[in-house]
Amino acid sequence: MVLAGALLASSCTSGKSRQEGDAPKETAQTRRSSTLTIKGSDTMVILAQNWAQAFMAANPGKVIQVSGGGSGTGMAALINGTADLANASRPIKDKERKQLAKRRDVEVEEFRVALDALAVYVPASNKIESLTIPQLKSIFRGQTTNWKDVGGEDKSIVLYSRENSSGTYAYFKEHVLEDEDFAATAQTLPGTAAVINAVSKDAGGIGYGGIAYAEGVRTVKVAPADGEPVEPTMENATSGKYPLSRFLKIYSAGKASGIAKEYLDYVLSDDGQKIVEGVGYYPLPKEATAAAE
Amino acid sequence: MTERVLEASERTRAAKTRQRISVRPQSAKSKLAGSFHTPLWHRVAERLIAILALAAVLAIALIFVFIAREAVPMLWEAEFAEEVQIRDLFFAKEWKGYDEPVFIWQPVGEPAKFNVVPLFIGSLKVTLLAMLMSVPLGVGCAMFIALYAPRAVREVVKPVIELLAGIPSVVLGFFALMVLASWAQATFGFHFRLNAFVAAIGLALTIVPVIFTISEDAIQAVPSTLTEAALALGARKYQVALRVVLPAAIPGIAAGVVLGFGRAIGETMIVLMASGNAAIMELFDFSTSVRTVTATIAAELGEVAQGDPHWRVLFLLGVMLFGVTFVLNILGDLFIQRLQKRLTAS
Repeated sequence: MVLAGALLASSCTSGKSRQEGDAPKETAQTRRSSTLTIKGSDTMVILAQNWAQAFMAANPGKVIQVSGGGSGTGMAALINGTADLANASRPIKDKERKQLAKRRDVEVEEFRVALDALAVYVPASNKIESLTIPQLKSIFRGQTTNWKDVGGEDKSIVLYSRENSSGTYAYFKEHVLEDEDFAATAQTLPGTAAVINAVSKDAGGIGYGGIAYAEGVRTVKVAPADGEPVEPTMENATSGKYPLSRFLKIYSAGKASGIAKEYLDYVLSDDGQKIVEGVGYYPLPKEATAAAE
Repeated sequence: MTERVLEASERTRAAKTRQRISVRPQSAKSKLAGSFHTPLWHRVAERLIAILALAAVLAIALIFVFIAREAVPMLWEAEFAEEVQIRDLFFAKEWKGYDEPVFIWQPVGEPAKFNVVPLFIGSLKVTLLAMLMSVPLGVGCAMFIALYAPRAVREVVKPVIELLAGIPSVVLGFFALMVLASWAQATFGFHFRLNAFVAAIGLALTIVPVIFTISEDAIQAVPSTLTEAALALGARKYQVALRVVLPAAIPGIAAGVVLGFGRAIGETMIVLMASGNAAIMELFDFSTSVRTVTATIAAELGEVAQGDPHWRVLFLLGVMLFGVTFVLNILGDLFIQRLQKRLTAS
């Protein structure tokens, strides 16, 4: 019943927005200048909430709403005009850029806001030291199915992945699987916390996610195809030695202005970057702080 | 959902009163039916009630139209045709990088692979498994409570089972995810901690009260003259229960089973949390993880841009699910009517 209601509601809104065509260039941001809606990456949702709280404490009267759902959700919200900023743990896709240009007639602006080492988790009981990228690919493609084939004990591997709206999912698919498909047996869980919880309870489990969540599980060293195993530490992520280090990003539809601009300035300030460290991610290296790409 | 349960028990109750009314003398009826002496407000009230009843039908029709309207443009839209071929939605295809034709649901990636077959298999697998657990349990429970249980026991057990229906499915899902899954893996040694079996137990917890309540009403509604006659003829109690009461109550019990099925296949939260959501093409092994249609819609609809091929396919899933439950409900109703006719005729 509820689902049907939701579908009904969303199809109504879609019909309306199409009738109005290119009229709705204004967003929530221009209508109410003191509220900001941010949607997107689950990897970044705790970080963004901390930023929002600190920002609101420093700027009374301004309201920031943060919600998760996945990087894809954030991009969809940006395209559909229901969010002002989108958190993303992956770069924007060409298709999304095109849709933004078509639907809302705006160019997207990208901000790098933090650094993350995408960690590979195994339960604490698993003694495996390191995995190479090709090994990881073979495991998540479903071609390697037993831990003994990658130097562990004789135990079958259970794959934990993320929902396909996740930026972490997309990043992993692109950089580890080289855009090939995950094994059909990979269980998809909503949110990194769910992955951590599942991996910690499953002796044969393996999962992946942002470094800030890695509690109750062990992170494995990851080696590039032709290199030494590297630990996902701040130094290795900053220097780019860790093969799965990535920037966490915020996208705005069109040039950020008003409260969105103030928020982004705060995020990139020293105070904002201190929060990054507090949450468990890594602050931006000094030279990359400027809006890039 | 609970309204549907109430509605169904209301229906059986209404059937009972109908029997009672028909015994009344004809004169009372003709007085009511004569339109000349009917006060105006009677006629207004009648119209009003008719409109309300029609509104429900209209709402369902509108919901269907709205869902279908989002799915149907896939037939002609160029944007859709560029990315997806409609036959790949239903048939296996040998994609690049695979050795054989496969059914795959991988909606993000190049190319996106939208095959709905594993999702429907997942939905049906979990639902059937849940029915296998809950039908014997629900009907058995109903027979015990209606025929055997002492009054004191009945007065405690019945409300408690009906209370189960009031537990939010997200709570049951959480219970299945945290407790049942670990227990099942430790006991049966499943490869997947979250699997069809665990999700089915969670689902069974939600449909047992549906089947129980309606079956119990149906059994209570069996005229006591039947049981008394059988007992007077020297039948034992279990013989009366199995050969007299159960057959007489079968139409009502079947209604409960149909409702339970509809509830199970439409349930979202429990399967989303406890089934592992891996779209594995596997018919019979219930220890593998499954991805159901409902969980797919819930997990992915928030992500897609409106009008995107992915969006259209998700709405197609909604249309198909709607179709499945609609057809099943109608078939169930027809079956029940037939049964009722046969039983009353003999």
